[in-house]
Amino acid sequence: MKGEKKKVKLIKVNLDKCIACRACELACSAFHAKPKYSSINPARSRIRLVMDVLNDEYVPIRATEYTKSECVGRQIFTINGKEYSECSFCGASCPSRDLFREPDSGLPLKCDMCEDELGHEPKCVKVCTVGALVYEEYEEEVNEEVKEKEKQIALEMGLKSLLDKYGAQRLLDNFVRMSRKG
Amino acid sequence: MRCAETGYNLEIDLSRGSIERVETDPRLTELHLGGQGTAAKIIWDRVPPETEPFSPDNLIIFSSGLLNCTPVPGANRCIVNTISPQTNLFVNSMLGGYFGTEMKYAGYDRIIIRGKSPNLVYLWINNDKVEIRDASHLQGKGAMETQGILQAELDASAQVAAIGLAGENRVYGASIEHASSAAARMAGVVMGDKRLKAIAIRGTKDINVAHPIELWGLCEPKYKSIADDPENGDPMRLDPSNDAWHMENFAWGNARERRRGYFTEDVYKNDVTTTDKARLRWVGCYNCPKMCKQMLELEDGRKFFTKCFNRLIYMMAAYVEDFSFSYEMLARTTQYGMDGFATPQLLAFAVELYEAGVLTNEDLPDFPADNAERFFYLLDITVRREGFVGDALADGVYWAARKIGRGAEKYDHNTTKKVEQVPLKLGKVNFPYYLMYATGEKMSITQIEGSYPQAPEPDLEKRKKLVEGWEAAPERFKKWFLEWEPRVDPSIEESVNITDWNEMMHYVDDSIGTCAWLSSFRGQFGCRPAYHMYNLPEFISYASGFELDTDKLWKIAARNRTLVRAINNRRGLRRIDEAPPADHWKIREHEKEQAYLDGYYAFKGWTNEGIPTKETLNKLGLDYVSEDFIQRGILTSDGGEIREG
Ligand code: SF4
Ligand code: SF4
Ligand code: SF4
Repeated sequence: MKGEKKKVKLIKVNLDKCIACRACELACSAFHAKPKYSSINPARSRIRLVMDVLNDEYVPIRATEYTKSECVGRQIFTINGKEYSECSFCGASCPSRDLFREPDSGLPLKCDMCEDELGHEPKCVKVCTVGALVYEEYEEEVNEEVKEKEKQIALEMGLKSLLDKYGAQRLLDNFVRMSRKG
Repeated sequence: MRCAETGYNLEIDLSRGSIERVETDPRLTELHLGGQGTAAKIIWDRVPPETEPFSPDNLIIFSSGLLNCTPVPGANRCIVNTISPQTNLFVNSMLGGYFGTEMKYAGYDRIIIRGKSPNLVYLWINNDKVEIRDASHLQGKGAMETQGILQAELDASAQVAAIGLAGENRVYGASIEHASSAAARMAGVVMGDKRLKAIAIRGTKDINVAHPIELWGLCEPKYKSIADDPENGDPMRLDPSNDAWHMENFAWGNARERRRGYFTEDVYKNDVTTTDKARLRWVGCYNCPKMCKQMLELEDGRKFFTKCFNRLIYMMAAYVEDFSFSYEMLARTTQYGMDGFATPQLLAFAVELYEAGVLTNEDLPDFPADNAERFFYLLDITVRREGFVGDALADGVYWAARKIGRGAEKYDHNTTKKVEQVPLKLGKVNFPYYLMYATGEKMSITQIEGSYPQAPEPDLEKRKKLVEGWEAAPERFKKWFLEWEPRVDPSIEESVNITDWNEMMHYVDDSIGTCAWLSSFRGQFGCRPAYHMYNLPEFISYASGFELDTDKLWKIAARNRTLVRAINNRRGLRRIDEAPPADHWKIREHEKEQAYLDGYYAFKGWTNEGIPTKETLNKLGLDYVSEDFIQRGILTSDGGEIREG
């Protein structure tokens, strides 16, 4: 198997630096609006500042994978004497809550690292002037098989979320109709 | 499709328990630019002068600025307007934080509240679902505490604005608290009178902008330029030299004494160590890269925010030379929901009355000897309206003095238009400031001053340098500043224009929701505000789609300013009310001051009673105001004449 370099994109989060401005949410939602920047809605953002102002807690969380069912067996964190469920800091679009779903369609949201912003910092990082979010890239070796597998996973996940939301029959009907249109 | 605004008002009648979502006329936004401008029009239309502030017919309006929820950094203000029982005049108040933006995401540009609920209630606005709910479990709860309780009950992401015990008890100086921010200057009392404990909002809707690429292109670089720019944001937030300036130039006690040389090395150490120890974090407001507010925590876990000079002013008012006293007062007053500007003045006034023997141990049983304890005592009786004195103090300095009588009036020396002023006592009249104090209707100089430097710069080279990059200023102001020598009074022409410009920038901010620390207030220090009359038209046009240039923007601001004046004229405001505190300056020049006031009225197109003439009103499209004025006899049928100054 031939090794290949893959660019890994990383956003480092420093909670202590966050000033609770929520510009990251605004920028992400603007960037992903269609047409680009035409509307703002933090509920559509792929990054959310989970916050409890009165307790000085601010945690920017980026949307990770869609999950059909919630976790089995919860755990509780205690930080500075306050209890949190693990959901507090989880990025999954999960049926247990509204976070990281499109407000009207309910479809899952996932951070795409601002893919089409080629060669630039992701938008959330760009507007985070205090450095609570820092973008880094590094290279990692991957082999073709893994890459293919990743693509397959991404495809399956998208389909799965649609299946869960609309059911097999509706999905199939639409698939057939759309394929016919060519 | 509406851009920048949602196009809907939320109308709540607390007497009838009715809730309506009402589509608005976009032409109104073009005329007033939303925010306070549009709210003033609503108050003009719906709150006639016969309506008493405590009448169910008085309105309290929470407006989201026009640029809120667009990418414009630092646009986030929620403006609160009503008629005050303290002044019987228009109230200008505002909140930063996240409240105004959440309101818009929920689909409303403003919440208009009328009527009076029989029981304590709160509003729960979850997008289209709006409910008036029983708040009996929140009765007596702290304003911050209430926010936490409602977030836990409703939705952790809800944004809540709440009154504390002070508002519930209709204390005139009650504030509305929200996150790191508070609506001061007499807004909380009307909310309390309506028996509205809190408003909780959750919104998940889109806000559209008219020219997305252009607007984003303007805004994206602004994040960094504002963040990096020491000339923007609150200069009092971190700088000990600023603390020193305020503690040595603002007057201590009941606005009595300036203490030059006070800020010694020891004071500095007390300031830094106490504050560093208590600080949990610096925070900003919605979509702003500055961090003007800090959350502090006391040893027992109580938390609160400090902003502006409120962390200095309590210790100065009480003569307690320890920052931890200020912090104790802030922890208490934010829960009670008491105005950080008026409250220290009020309590210091009461202490002075006691020391002068106007108030006795009979009036104040068990009144402590210790200065700090005295403030705690007075604060408690005021928010509870306890006894004769507590009840009197709850109406603010002006009315308390008159209720107490026994000569207490002469200790009320620092109010204007019945409102407590910042404790500044200076030497010689500064004429633009004289005009701003006299004619301002936002009741606090901090809401009126700000675009033009307060004092001349002695060094000509520095003057030149300042003027070079002064994009915010019209050309003639640069010339005036260049030629302004120390100890020379700006002419009448200069003074009225400077005053006008200062006002206009504030009236723009009040409509569009931009923070004064980035625009109207910040131009006086360094003259490099992020937003000003020359760059704002582009931001507003790209966001809203309205065609706008500097002249048009200036005219809208003038229209809004004139409308606020008209509301107040109709409620009785006249020239006689337009006076700074008598001892604001040691040396007064009464004749000259009156000449400047004449000049200002003439410049504005007002009669020498301070009433806009028919011609002035009609030019601004306020024909309905001139008609009303003539009908009521406020203007003569010829529309009123202007006496040249
Ligand atoms: S932009 Fe940065 S500082 Fe602002 S909320 Fe997001 S993470 Fe925090
Ligand atoms: S990287 Fe891009 S997509 Fe991901 S959260 Fe940030 S702005 Fe949104
Ligand atoms: S400049 Fe300061 S006060 Fe103004 S919006 Fe920004 S953080 Fe808030």
